[in-house]
Amino acid sequence: MRKNNDDACKGCRISDVLLDVEGLSIVFGGLRAVSDFSCEIKAGELVGLIGPNGAGKTTVFNMLSGVYSPTSGSICFSDPRGRVHNVHEKKPFQLSKIGIARTFQNIRLFGGLTVEDNVLIAMHAQRAINLLDAIFRTPRFYRDEERLRGKARDLLALFRIESKAQELARNLPYGEQRKLEIVRALATDPRLLLLDEPAAGMNPQETKELMELISFIRRQFNLTILLIEHDMKLVMGICERLIVLDYGRTIASGLPEEIRENPAVIKAYLGEEAMIDA
Amino acid sequence: MKTTVRMRNFVLLGTVSVLSVFLPGLLIKFSVIDAYTAQIFTLAGINAIMAISVNIICGMTGQLSLGQAGFMAIGAYTCIWFAQVAHFPLPLAVVMGAAFSGIAGFFIGFPTLKLSGDYLAIVTLGFGEILRVIFVNLKGITGGANGKRFTTILAASADIAWIVIIGTLVAVIVFLQNFLRSTYGRAIFSVREDEIASNSNGISVFRYKMAGFVVAAFVAGIAGALYAPFIGFVKPDLSSFNRSVDYLIYVVLGGMGSVTGSVLAAFVLTYLQEFLRFLKEYRLLIYPVILILVMLFRPQGLLGMKEFSFVGAWNRLVSKRSARDAQK
Amino acid sequence: MESLIIFFQQLINGISLGSIYALIALGYTMVYGIVMLINFAHGDILMIGAYTGFYILRAMGPSPLALALSFIASMIVCAIAGIAIERFAYRPLRSAPRLNSLITAIAVSLIIQNGARVLPFVGPNPRQFPTMPTVNVKFGVFGISNIQIIVILVSIALMLILNYIINWTKTGKAMRAVSFDMRAASLMGISVNRVVAFTFALGSVLAAAGGILFATAYPQIDPTMGAMPGLKAFVAAVLGGIGSVPGAMLGGYILGIAETMTKGFISSQFADAISFGILIVILLVKPTGIMGTKVRVKV
Repeated sequence: MRKNNDDACKGCRISDVLLDVEGLSIVFGGLRAVSDFSCEIKAGELVGLIGPNGAGKTTVFNMLSGVYSPTSGSICFSDPRGRVHNVHEKKPFQLSKIGIARTFQNIRLFGGLTVEDNVLIAMHAQRAINLLDAIFRTPRFYRDEERLRGKARDLLALFRIESKAQELARNLPYGEQRKLEIVRALATDPRLLLLDEPAAGMNPQETKELMELISFIRRQFNLTILLIEHDMKLVMGICERLIVLDYGRTIASGLPEEIRENPAVIKAYLGEEAMIDA
Repeated sequence: MKTTVRMRNFVLLGTVSVLSVFLPGLLIKFSVIDAYTAQIFTLAGINAIMAISVNIICGMTGQLSLGQAGFMAIGAYTCIWFAQVAHFPLPLAVVMGAAFSGIAGFFIGFPTLKLSGDYLAIVTLGFGEILRVIFVNLKGITGGANGKRFTTILAASADIAWIVIIGTLVAVIVFLQNFLRSTYGRAIFSVREDEIASNSNGISVFRYKMAGFVVAAFVAGIAGALYAPFIGFVKPDLSSFNRSVDYLIYVVLGGMGSVTGSVLAAFVLTYLQEFLRFLKEYRLLIYPVILILVMLFRPQGLLGMKEFSFVGAWNRLVSKRSARDAQK
Repeated sequence: MESLIIFFQQLINGISLGSIYALIALGYTMVYGIVMLINFAHGDILMIGAYTGFYILRAMGPSPLALALSFIASMIVCAIAGIAIERFAYRPLRSAPRLNSLITAIAVSLIIQNGARVLPFVGPNPRQFPTMPTVNVKFGVFGISNIQIIVILVSIALMLILNYIINWTKTGKAMRAVSFDMRAASLMGISVNRVVAFTFALGSVLAAAGGILFATAYPQIDPTMGAMPGLKAFVAAVLGGIGSVPGAMLGGYILGIAETMTKGFISSQFADAISFGILIVILLVKPTGIMGTKVRVKV
């Protein structure tokens, strides 16, 4: 469907707006999990989506990545070629192809496959061969395998896990599994990267490493990043701006310093030691 | 992979394939292997092709299909029809049988693949049984419950039967392995591992599940289209649930996800069935007992997901020899 | 006018057949609700029940006393069989992937069928089930036989008892708790193993009764007799909404009536195919069944 509803995606036609979300809502049974969520993400930004547990952050991600279909509202995305897409009408694999990649809160690696295969699978859409090449093992097949494997190795090396390339993904230690999730998402050549709690379960040293890594890949790959996190050090450390959700609604949005002082935000997090520490 | 290594592998695998097809064929022709034994192992070859079909669905897409025998029956009856009624030459009739099965796989798969595991199993079971009822009632084409005779050269000549059927088996294995050890194969495995992650990383889950289903139906169709001319007689209960379970047992024993395992199990169990004929009724207990024992004590089957690699074995042999030489 | 007569006659037949399907479907649905397993062997429990009844009725002659005794005996035998199957074939696989349990269930079913064929006192050949002489009660143009009356009354009685057990007893409450969340139920002090065993026993008791009723209505028994009715009862359970007790009852009656209507108006050849046809339609249109609820997957 190339035709766009002109009004709904106006935001994206302004050149630097990458993602334009308007009035996004979703209802499960009787529960309104997300209400009227709107935001505009410009190309190159690093935005944090925060809020207490159960606020609906992952649900927003699920809608942005096509896993859930919103009950109302629109999501517009501008792909690398400048075409604008109605994200809310597409399936996850289609969104992956136009440049939206995501990681999962509970790691969803292909556990029974090797680390290298996990990355190669994400590059399936970039193959330069067809089925007949594979079945009849043409030279073109071998060349393409080499190319993809090389790219996979380079990505793994960036994250310093290339030595584990032939290990089964489920045998990796937790921190490296989280890294692999990100590598896999990067392998799809995304324009927008959605990171869902990338630092969950990491110690302060690992978190610091992750912060550097995120900043690095943002520069290196020219990414726009939207991230969900509970670790306030990371959030305050690298996010340029924040959106705060509570009970499915946006309660605040702005610069990290402003959000830190915002009474509504503090109230939502009341009792959270982490908020005060940051 | 360097060209020389590639060439060496190609020659190695090519030699093994050609030998396994033609060497026994010659032995059969010159009665070194008797016709009876030849027939058992040729039938095992057909069962192995069916086992591969079940393996594609179960081991690779992770779904349970209890109706693969239905696709086999479609292949068989279609082949007979094209050969006897449309007067196609036998090879073409076989191809048509397989093609029709594949098409049937497409139409059956399309609405049913969105169902979750248990339900898919039951629907495929129902499909096989409905097909059986249909075949019984289409007396004109299928000869009804009494079956249909189909005498061909394959039924008459044991060595040609072996060459054709085992040759097809080898071709199926080679093409399937090539498919699986490529980005397409990886895509299918990713669907089995985690559908949601697979979808989110650019794989059209539905398309690949469908591909798996259609290919499995096509392969089952090949088996059926070869079965008809080989055995020379087809009855509607070829499509039944019990037959589907037989093929499932090969895959469970061999290891879901291992082509080598399925093929091996098919040969071993087919031979066992014949060998244990003296047990009469007790024979029917053997398969389900094996099934339960495997499920309880070694659910991954004999080979799990491991494949036997001729190239790998060759490499080990060569490195052992060079290590021995170095020691001298 | 002719069609109307056939319609009502087949309706009566359908209610009778449907009662049997409902009894068996209940066993499927309860087991699925609790351990998420399609117990393929359930239909074969029906067979065991029928054969138990067969031996008692053959020894004592087909009197009402013998019939009552055969109900009790087969219920006991089948309950034991059901508990044994669960204990040795299904419980070890409770934490394994569902595929494995499904395959095991198929294997158990085949072992029971083929095992029965091999047993010297059973044998593969069909036997005649001793029945009381049929008395047809006529209401004008329609008739209902005494056997059908027995089938319907016994089934309804059993379903009422089941309903009481599930909704008004502590064990029933435990069953419902386990079907909602097995782990939470065990944390609340419920012995999950006991509840599961009880569920299997309950389902098997109903299947035993179903087996005797089925054999009374269709007096030829053989070791594979349970396969078809079992499969159809499963379709009934899915139709009504697998996991839902009232659904199983509803599904059983709908399927029974559909089957007899097909026999009456189309042909008896297609009666078997009709059940599978219904199954496929239901799974494509509303997989959760008439009374089932949708389960959402959390990502």
